[in-house]
Amino acid sequence: MTEIIQNVKNLSIGFKSKKGEEILILRNISTNIKKGETVGIVGESGSGKSTLALAMMGYVKHGLYTIGGECEFNSSNLLKMKNRDLEKIRGRKIAMIPQNAGQALTPNLKIGYQIDEALQLHSDLKEEEREKKISELLNKVRLPSPETIALRYPHELSGGQQQRVAVAMALAGTPDLLLLDEPTTGLDVTTQAHVLELLNFIAKDTGTSMVYVSHDLGAIAQVSDRIIVMYSGEIVLEGPSRDILKKPIHPYTYGLLKSIPKLSLAGLPQSMPGSQPQPGTIHRGCSFFDRCDFSEEKCKNNSPQLEYLEELNTSVRCFNHKSLMNDSQVNQTLNEIKTSTQDKEILNLSEVSISYAKQKLLDQVLNRISDDNPTVKDINININKGETIALVGESGSGKSTILKSIAGLLRTKGGIIKFDQNRNLSSDLKERDPNDLRIIQLIFQNPDESLNPNHTVEEIIAQPLKLYFGLKGEELKKNIIDLLQKVRLGEFYMSRYPRQLSGGEKQRVAVARAFAAKPDIILCDEVTSALDVSVQAAVLNLLQQLKEDFGTTYIFVSHDLAVVRAISDRVAVLYQGRLCEVGPSKDVYQFPSHPYTEVLLGAVLEPDPDIKPKLVAEDIVEEKPPQKGCSFQGRCSRILGDICKNEVPPWQITNSGNSIRCHIPLKELQKDQIN
Amino acid sequence: MLFLIIKRILLGLITLFIVSLITFVGTEILPGDACTTYLERQAFGEQLEACYRRLGLNVPAYERYVSWAVNAIQGDFGYSLSGEMPIKEVLGPRIKNSLVLASAAIFIGIPIALILGIVTALWRDKLPDVAISTVTIFAMTIPEFISATLLILIIAIWLEWLPGIVIVPTDVSLLELLPNIILPVIAIAMIMTAHMARMVRSSVIQVMASEYVQMAILKGVPYWKMVFKHVLPNALLPAINVVALTIAWLLGGVVVTEVVFNYPGLGRLVIESISNRDLPTVQALAIILASIYVSINLLADLMTLMLNPRLKTLQIRK
Repeated sequence: MTEIIQNVKNLSIGFKSKKGEEILILRNISTNIKKGETVGIVGESGSGKSTLALAMMGYVKHGLYTIGGECEFNSSNLLKMKNRDLEKIRGRKIAMIPQNAGQALTPNLKIGYQIDEALQLHSDLKEEEREKKISELLNKVRLPSPETIALRYPHELSGGQQQRVAVAMALAGTPDLLLLDEPTTGLDVTTQAHVLELLNFIAKDTGTSMVYVSHDLGAIAQVSDRIIVMYSGEIVLEGPSRDILKKPIHPYTYGLLKSIPKLSLAGLPQSMPGSQPQPGTIHRGCSFFDRCDFSEEKCKNNSPQLEYLEELNTSVRCFNHKSLMNDSQVNQTLNEIKTSTQDKEILNLSEVSISYAKQKLLDQVLNRISDDNPTVKDINININKGETIALVGESGSGKSTILKSIAGLLRTKGGIIKFDQNRNLSSDLKERDPNDLRIIQLIFQNPDESLNPNHTVEEIIAQPLKLYFGLKGEELKKNIIDLLQKVRLGEFYMSRYPRQLSGGEKQRVAVARAFAAKPDIILCDEVTSALDVSVQAAVLNLLQQLKEDFGTTYIFVSHDLAVVRAISDRVAVLYQGRLCEVGPSKDVYQFPSHPYTEVLLGAVLEPDPDIKPKLVAEDIVEEKPPQKGCSFQGRCSRILGDICKNEVPPWQITNSGNSIRCHIPLKELQKDQIN
Repeated sequence: MLFLIIKRILLGLITLFIVSLITFVGTEILPGDACTTYLERQAFGEQLEACYRRLGLNVPAYERYVSWAVNAIQGDFGYSLSGEMPIKEVLGPRIKNSLVLASAAIFIGIPIALILGIVTALWRDKLPDVAISTVTIFAMTIPEFISATLLILIIAIWLEWLPGIVIVPTDVSLLELLPNIILPVIAIAMIMTAHMARMVRSSVIQVMASEYVQMAILKGVPYWKMVFKHVLPNALLPAINVVALTIAWLLGGVVVTEVVFNYPGLGRLVIESISNRDLPTVQALAIILASIYVSINLLADLMTLMLNPRLKTLQIRK
């Protein structure tokens, strides 16, 4: 068991800056991977984790080069090997499962060919045998009807299926070592849980070693035996996975674990101050010094070395790890959120339906939308002033579509969206007056794309102030500074451009811009998805603070159920554009009643090796909502029969005010949770 | 798929109709007409009336448009004013000459452009790239009238290898024409090849940086197999439209080059008929050039559609 198959020795990789300085992405990394072991490499974006994984295949990205060190595989250094020799190792001895299979599969080649290519290169099988093998592999990754899948092009498969194909392709060469670069990021929760389960199965079945790279401690916790924590190009902590997740003895890991919202607890996690230093900016001292709660004078000027602690079988890079060892149980202190929900309705969606179907000419002329099976249908939600309501569901559940309609970016097909009980907002942007536009503001997922790169922060925030309030000169400037301070950015940010800001800072600017309009409702579309965990907590706390100050109402869309749990008062669960369950977060999370809510919550991965996801339903992807009956009928494990297929389920209301749309009687739904 | 093709063809026809309307209206609102141009100072009174009757200009404009359009569809564009011969006969040899010039440039230029583009992309920032890229940027920036003149100076005048300008009758046979087109072809191919090579280079570089190429490398696919299977099909797809535009541009007459070399092609005819105020010919040329652009772009769109599996299935699903 202790045979080492990959040995990384003093590896440094970097690039030359324009000034000719050598800038390090990886700094003196030494570690090894043993046979049959699964190692998780965790770190935030920019920590060098992907660069390390690629180096283990002897691959260094264009623009980077090896400054020193070795990656030894079967006692030969991959980084010095000729391409011709590497071709014999890549795919055969070491295989990669990429982050985004949708982009990693060549678009003009059929699935079957791409797997066959790997077989041709790495096995001696004849054509008929290969054909059989392709089916076998596709079967192994549990893809339905392998023969037809093999004839498809990558874009004809869903995200989860593409990821499975990538796994099958990697397995084609029966590698000794599998490198997985964020293999489940970007997949839906249920799909992610299934893919991880599959990977675990393969690891056991084939005895392959795996290196699992991810920013998601939840996923890492499910698969790895050992965890390596990276921070700005260095290993800061390395040890058995359980110890690291339960008793982290490095302040960074400690802070990271504390900043992850938990499914079981309401309230906002604590954030870590600051952000990871840019490569090339650390000159001396500990790279985590600025953000560390445990730092001392000596940390400022001396860099700690990676120290191996025999009794724990753990390596740690911190002067103070001993004091952390004593009280390092992650006691998460969550900032309780105050509900500021008032007894006044602010937005009412009644019978709203939205269709993406293209209008036929006749319908265009008659100005009507005809689609009997629209993407989103029968949405009834009342939102009170000061409330945070979250819309959750997998991709394709229509949550973003509903946001778009409220914002006026998409016309509704039917139903009424009413603001403040009398203003009708069912029309789209063009038909709304400026004040209707002002009261609803949007914050987007990716601040890189939602902030104009050619505008300074000042110009970005000035726009709504000028547009809605006609502010000018000194007054305008005063307001901008005021807003910047509200989002905890100083006055000096005014002249900066978005590219000069970090991800968290950019999202703060986006938040300031939304608040500049003094809106009543802010629509948050996956606002923390593009951010690192430590930064995510800070943005969530900021949003909560602003809400308490301004009495704003949030409609929050997220695929991350733990984040939703942390910030929302009420949750609406959507499947295929239809509501399944609406209720106070506390109840929905504690007693998930609707079968779909159960599936969804069961699949959430927590950064705790003892909490395993429950896989209730298959992760099939449905392209369209069913014509009639319950929207979840296709995947429901508790389907009753014809009634679910033919009749739209009625709303049932529980004692705690939870509305559930299901044919199964309430009593039975609730009874099951107790077991 | 079939529906889509029919839709595209219909759209093309509508475009042509609009072009014909614009040119007709354009020639109509310009001061003067065929008769005033023809009769010059005698353009008044009885003589002018007689001319109008003879050319049928005395009927309302829309009637003339309809009869012109009906004839044009059948290939009859009326009479040229300057030569007093059917435009059909004027156009025929010109189109042939332009076609010869264009096809020569295409057959030489496109393969060279593809090879140069691919080589520069694969050896990016290395010596072959730096050398070729410098030359292509140079070739791209020199206007064609300068490069054409330089070619005449060096090859025709100093070295005396080839004739400097084309002095052959318009309806010359292909064999006699061939030695004359070498210089014009070089002049055109230079600028065209440079443009396309740059395009192909950036397209290949973009694909080389894609995740699926990285994946192919990590899968252990040998370099050249990766280039031919994973890179080129995806990189050259967007080039089809650029190639199509270039071809259309070539067929439409490379006006400047044709004038410099005195080449009897469509481009020179455009200039001639405009300066002679030969309105019927201008009209005919406008419609023919527009048809060339429309049909070649249509062809390119259909080709992209066939070659790109993504677009193909998307259309079927809809």
